[in-house]
Amino acid sequence: MQKLYSAKDYQKYVDKKSPNSKLGLNMLKAFLTGGLICMLGQLLMNYFQSRNLDQMDYATLTAMCLILLSVILTALDIYIYIGKFGGAGASIPITGFANAIVSPAMEFKTEGYVLGVGAKMFLIAGPVLVYGISSSVILGILYYILK
Amino acid sequence: MGDKLLNAFLVGGALCAIGQLLIDKTKLTSARIMVMYVTLGVFLGGLGIYQKLVDIGGAGATVPLMGFGYSLAKGVMKEVDQNGLLGAFTGGIKATAGGITAAIIFGYIASLIAKPQGRR
Repeated sequence: MQKLYSAKDYQKYVDKKSPNSKLGLNMLKAFLTGGLICMLGQLLMNYFQSRNLDQMDYATLTAMCLILLSVILTALDIYIYIGKFGGAGASIPITGFANAIVSPAMEFKTEGYVLGVGAKMFLIAGPVLVYGISSSVILGILYYILK
Repeated sequence: MGDKLLNAFLVGGALCAIGQLLIDKTKLTSARIMVMYVTLGVFLGGLGIYQKLVDIGGAGATVPLMGFGYSLAKGVMKEVDQNGLLGAFTGGIKATAGGITAAIIFGYIASLIAKPQGRR
């Protein structure tokens, strides 16, 4: 009797407890991964800044360098492990955006270069661009009217 | 300089941890989170709130996808100031062209060269 009771309760306890403790750990991993990627970005930015480029330029250069790095890591099948460890910490930085472009492009290569690589490249990047650009147009129109 | 690095780590890390919280709590896919972050970045960029975060966090604010939205917003407002209403249609992509083009061309080249290991 004692055994049954404790086994059931243990299961309940596990069900109740495990998502929570996992959540904390996942968040910590995301924090570390995302934080480190951003720190690398800041290092690059500091370097470009010391070269006396104007603000927009060095932010763009930093993004481009991180994108290139992410593409290389994705092609070498390394970024998938960063993603498994870091979760949102790997997908939310711009490196995750680049990964979301290369990863399906590589995967759907077998379906050809036009409808495989060319189309599937935008599987996740497409929606990001559609909603990002559309909302920026709305913002621009509002800004034009209200300013 | 060290402070800048720490701030970037903290701000970028916090934005990613919030994203993880949303994924785990709401069961939203990471694609939806990415779309949400970009749209929110445009919104906060338009209100001038995100600029404050960029001033504090530097790359910690510009590297996450919200920073992509912020760049779109900043570009659009800059172009509207210069060219009027047409700027609403040209500013966003102009400001983010480098990143988008880099992702497409590097991604395309990589997909030509690389063989997808471990995904068969």
